[in-house]
Parts: sequence; structure tokens; C-alpha cells
Amino acid sequence: MINTMECAVDAQSLISISLRKIHNSRTQRGGIKLHKNLLVSYVLRNARQVYMNEKYAEIYRMQQYEEVMTVCNEIQELNPLDLVEDCEEQTGDCCGSANESASLCGALLPVSHQAPAVQHLQPSSACSVPLALQSEEVCKAPEPSFYRSCCAEAYPVSNCDFSPVNNMHCNKTTVLDLDTHVVTTVENGYLHQDCCASLQQCCQGAQSPAKKRKLDFGYYVSEIEEVPDFTPCKRAKFEDSSYASTEPLDTSNISNLISIFGSGFTGLVSRQADLEQALNGQFCSKQALASLGAWTRAIVAF
Amino acid sequence: MDEEIDTRKINNSFLRDHNYATEADIISTVEFNSTGELLATGDKGGRVVVFQREQESKNQPHRRGEYNVYSTFQSHEPEFDYLKSLEIEEKINKIRWLPQQNAAYFLLSTNDKTVKLWKISERDKRPEGYNLKDEEGRIRDPTTITALRVPVLRPMDLMVEATPRRIFSNAHTYHINSISVNSDYETYMSTDDLRINLWNLEITNRSFNIVDIKPANMEELTEVITAAEFHPNQCNTFVYSSSKGSIRLCDMRTSALCDNHSKLFEEPEDPSNRSFFSEIISSISDVKFSHSGRYLMTRDYLTVKVWDINMESKPLETYQVHDYLRSKLCSLYENDCIFDKFECVWNGTDSVLMTGSYNNFFRMFDRNTKRDVTLEASRENSKPRAILKPRKVCVGGKRRKDEISVDSLDFSKKILHTAWHPNENIIAVAATNNLYIFQDKVN
Repeated sequence: MINTMECAVDAQSLISISLRKIHNSRTQRGGIKLHKNLLVSYVLRNARQVYMNEKYAEIYRMQQYEEVMTVCNEIQELNPLDLVEDCEEQTGDCCGSANESASLCGALLPVSHQAPAVQHLQPSSACSVPLALQSEEVCKAPEPSFYRSCCAEAYPVSNCDFSPVNNMHCNKTTVLDLDTHVVTTVENGYLHQDCCASLQQCCQGAQSPAKKRKLDFGYYVSEIEEVPDFTPCKRAKFEDSSYASTEPLDTSNISNLISIFGSGFTGLVSRQADLEQALNGQFCSKQALASLGAWTRAIVAF
Repeated sequence: MDEEIDTRKINNSFLRDHNYATEADIISTVEFNSTGELLATGDKGGRVVVFQREQESKNQPHRRGEYNVYSTFQSHEPEFDYLKSLEIEEKINKIRWLPQQNAAYFLLSTNDKTVKLWKISERDKRPEGYNLKDEEGRIRDPTTITALRVPVLRPMDLMVEATPRRIFSNAHTYHINSISVNSDYETYMSTDDLRINLWNLEITNRSFNIVDIKPANMEELTEVITAAEFHPNQCNTFVYSSSKGSIRLCDMRTSALCDNHSKLFEEPEDPSNRSFFSEIISSISDVKFSHSGRYLMTRDYLTVKVWDINMESKPLETYQVHDYLRSKLCSLYENDCIFDKFECVWNGTDSVLMTGSYNNFFRMFDRNTKRDVTLEASRENSKPRAILKPRKVCVGGKRRKDEISVDSLDFSKKILHTAWHPNENIIAVAATNNLYIFQDKVN
């Protein structure tokens, strides 16, 4: 478990710094230094691990909040007053945990709402307003704005921006029956029938090509593929807030770097390697690319 | 230990008065020969400067064997590998002396790709009285010669000349980081990131690969070789250190290719200290046998460790060089200082260790008394013949008068290369482009 407490910069900055070092090493006099680049790649790997762990922790927290909100919605009709209190408690937990790692929660939010990200709970009147909205859109995946809506002012929910969020839940499968236009959600093995296929369509805009298929697994497959891609969406959103200090790297340089990294160290030592290594590198580049996974796409995004 | 400074500022740059150092003058290696009479330095510009100790004279007892420039020569030139479109730096990575067998001195010097054997010899006599040419060297008209004479040797001003006797090239794909002369005085080894080659000093067109850690698939590369050295007495034994913090001892008698180690010295990592940079700071930058051959010393970014050859599980002793940098690793990574490769040396009796740090500080650890001292190599803070004052880095909280705080350390002033005279308490410390020589105080 990497101890990140002593580090002044976060994982993302380390990733960009490391990539810059690797890029610069290509033009250094004397050729690529294998030892130094190997060490830089270790830092890159560690930073990526931490970054991914943070991301998954976020997702998990989001998922928990979503479940809480679903519970809130379900008991809403019983007693509005009770609901508000419950919600406050629940969101208090959620927001409480948000307070602990404000950067993660704040990072998920739209830039314009960064400022009030970590606030004390608003009075109950503010809390009830967005909940009224929620009853109409119960089938919609809760967006990050909901996460905060009980904490601060009401935020007008937008429809399609956060569609990939819906797909973060690997244990949730959503099926649209094209004949009956009924949306069914399979969550943790339980079936819920949702409403409003039209809304669902909006939410899952990213999956539209797959909708044409009637079979369930068509959705499922596209959902899984969507999972890694949430990162670029998120990254684009909070890029401004997180990295004010990071200089944007040239896109062409980044794609070059990815091609270096895609072929592993063969890319780094391609100038020094024997002929047979060049062949090995090409042979394995696909494999290496697959193993690089989400963080490679994250780099592409910025 | 009290120190008396005998400072030498050796600056080959034409611009002697300026404070900046041209990059070519940065000293990249320092090495005493086996008697301590000669001291060689190599720099980034590919030059070697050899100093010789003065004979002690009764007339000037206070000038006890000071070192003067003996010879300077250009060992390596920048080259270009046309096949790979790579420039090969002329920087001298290592110098190792051969034991003296006649009047001439021999040393091995290496850059990233080529090892050269240099012969340094003196010439103090000159033949005079040629028949066919006159004193200025002009050819004489044979018809004017009426008598023959035998040329005689007449004394002349001492001239020291260096000639390359062997050039060992084209054996390394990766950058050479170490050379080590075997105790048999016939062979030596050269080490790059992934391979170690064994050479005969006489034969330049053939070398034998004795260690190869290159994986079949470079994607699987996880560690590189960072340093290697022969055992001081046993000509079949050598060690090499890796970027993962392990040291392997190999016996050349077991097999021709020593990929399988005889001993593996490794200390398990402390999981509580894990950070982004754990791999970098555990990479070993230098490994040295003790003169006795019983112990090994290794240097990683923050510590110096002494290992007993007979105990592989953990080091015998661990010394913190500059642990206050542990919280600064992030910024040291950004400015590339975390990649600095510090060397370490034993004193002649294996009782004291020395290694460098930043701000022109260097540290000594006494293994017996467990005391350590931090000294500074700078002209501003010490006058010639003055005693060196111990320095202290203050780690936060109140800073005392003479202490220096961690944030004021100058990370561009690093001491990577030091050397200790084989018999006496004389040390050579390279601080960027300056060489400092310190001696023990004489009462």
C-alpha cells in the first residue's frame, strides 16, 4: 500500500511529470538511459496504482450514496418530514466522508460548483427541494450533483452529461426491451423495473449503438467497455481545478509517448536494442497496450 | 578525526575566475592508485588529470606530500554511432589503476561504450647527436657528413606522456557503468546495464560475457545492473548490485555464465516506508568490497549499508546519510536529484566509511565508535590549512547558529565521487568541477 501522505504532489501530477521525463530522455545526449527510465516507469506505475485506487474508491462511494438516495426516494411517500431527516443523516454520512477526502469528491463535480463543494449541511428546506425533483426521475442514475444537492443549493440536473456514471456499476445491468419500451435494471441480481425508456435513452446515450440489439448481453458488453472510458470524461471535467500548475503536454508528444510505452521497454531502448528486439517489441506491443488499460486512455484525454 | 585542508582548485577551464563551471570540467570519477602516490580524476569532457604526491622533503616539513598535476590527457572523444543515430558521450565514467609492474603507470578509463588502457610514462632524457638530422630535426645533406658519432642521452626537463596501449570497444550495447581489475592482474571486467564482460588485458578483440540479465522480452525488464567489483583477493569471485537493491555474489568457477548467483544479499523492504519512490531510493548506486574482502558496502539514495559476506539476509550495519531528504523525495524527483548516483569508499583499515551528499557535504562513519561527522568541501567556508569544522543539518524546529536548514541546502552542489588513500588518512573529494584533498592533521 503506497503511502502518499508525504508526497506534495498528487498521483496525476506525478504521472505527467514522469511522462515528461521519459519524453525528454529521448533527446538527451548520449542516448536513452535505461536505468533512469526504468526507475521513472516504476514511479509511473505506482502513481497509476494510487490514481486507480482513488478512482475506484470514488466509484464505491458514489455507489453507496446512490443506494442511500434510492432508499430515501422509496420512503419519500411515507412521511416527507421523516424523509428529510433521514436524508440529512444519510447525506451527512456521505458528505461527511466527502469532507475527509474533499479532493476526490470535489474532483467529480462540475467545475462551476467547486467552491461550495465541502459545506456544512443546509437547513432542511433546501434539502427537500431537490428531492422533489428526484421523485420524477427515479430511474435516472444519480449524478454527482445529487451527491451535493442536499449539502448546498439545488443544482439543475442535466441529462446526458454524466451518462458514463451509470456504467460504473459493474454489478448493474440495464436492459431496454424494444418491444414494450420497458427498462429493466438488474442490480446485484435483483430485478427492478424502471420507467421512462426515453429518459433511459438519454442517460445511456453513449450506448446507443448497442441498443439496436435486443439481446441483454449486448448492453452488458457495451457497459463493460464503457467502464474504462469514464476516466477521460471525468478528467476533462476537473482538469481545470486539479491541475492549474501542470503545463499541458503537446498532443503529438503524448501519442508518441504512448507508442513508446505501448511497446514497453523495447520502445525505450529501440535505439540501443539489437535487431531481434525490434521484432519482439512489435510482437508484444498489443499485449502491453492492453495491459496498460485505463491510464493510457486517461493520458489521451489530457 | 581532525582534518587539515590542502585545497587544490583544479579548473581546466580557460575562464578561471568565474563561479560557474563549464560542464566539461565537472569531475566524474576520482581514484587513487594502489600505493596512493598517484590520484587520477576523469571529467565530463573526456579528460584525465593525474596528480602525483610530492616526495616529502626535510626542508619543508609542513608541506607533507602535497599533490601536484603530473599528467593531463584527453582519454575519450565524443563519438557518433551512425547505425543507431546516437551520440556517445565522452564523459569518463570510471578510472581504475593497474598495479605497478615497471616504471610506467597503467590505468583503465572508460566512457559509456569503450574502455582504454593508458600507459603513463616519464621521459627525462633525450637522445642528442644524430647523424642524419641536426639539432632542430632538419635532415642533413648526406654529402656534408664527414664523420659519424653515436647519439648520447642527455637529461631534459621531465616530460610525462600518456599513450593508449589498448582499446576495448564494441562489446557493450548499453552504457558501461563500472570496470574492475581482477586480483590476478591479467583480467578485468566491464559492466553495463544488463551485461558483464570479462576481458584479458592483452586481448582487445575478444571478451567473454559472464553475466547477462537481459530478458528475452524487454517488456519484462524489471532491474538493471548498477555496479560490479571483483573480490580483492579471490580472483574467481565478484559481486554486482542491481537497481532493485540486491547484491549478487558470483563464482566464476561454477559456470561460464554466472547468471545464477552463489549468494544473494537482500534486505526485505519495510512496508510502512512504501512511497511512490521506493524503487528509486532502494536502487544501489555503488558497491565496494572492503580491503579485507570480508565485507561489502553498498550505497543507495539515503543510506550506506555494510554487509557481511557470510550473511545474506540483512546488512550488518546501516548508516543514514541524509534521512531528512525522505520527506523531500517529490521535489527531488522533479529536479532529477533523486537519480544522483553517490559513491562510497572504505578507508585503508576498513574502519571508516565515507560518502557524499548535497550542499558540498560529505559524511564519514566510524564503524567502531559509531560516530559520524558531516564535513563541507568549499572554499568559502574554510581556509587552506584550517581544520574542517563539522557541519550539521537542522531538521525543523529551532535552527541553531551554525546549523543549516534542509530548505537552504544547495542541491546543485553534490559530492558524488570521493576517494580514500589506501594507507593514509588522505581523502580526495570531487565537488562539481573542483577537487579537494584533505589530510590528517600533523601535530
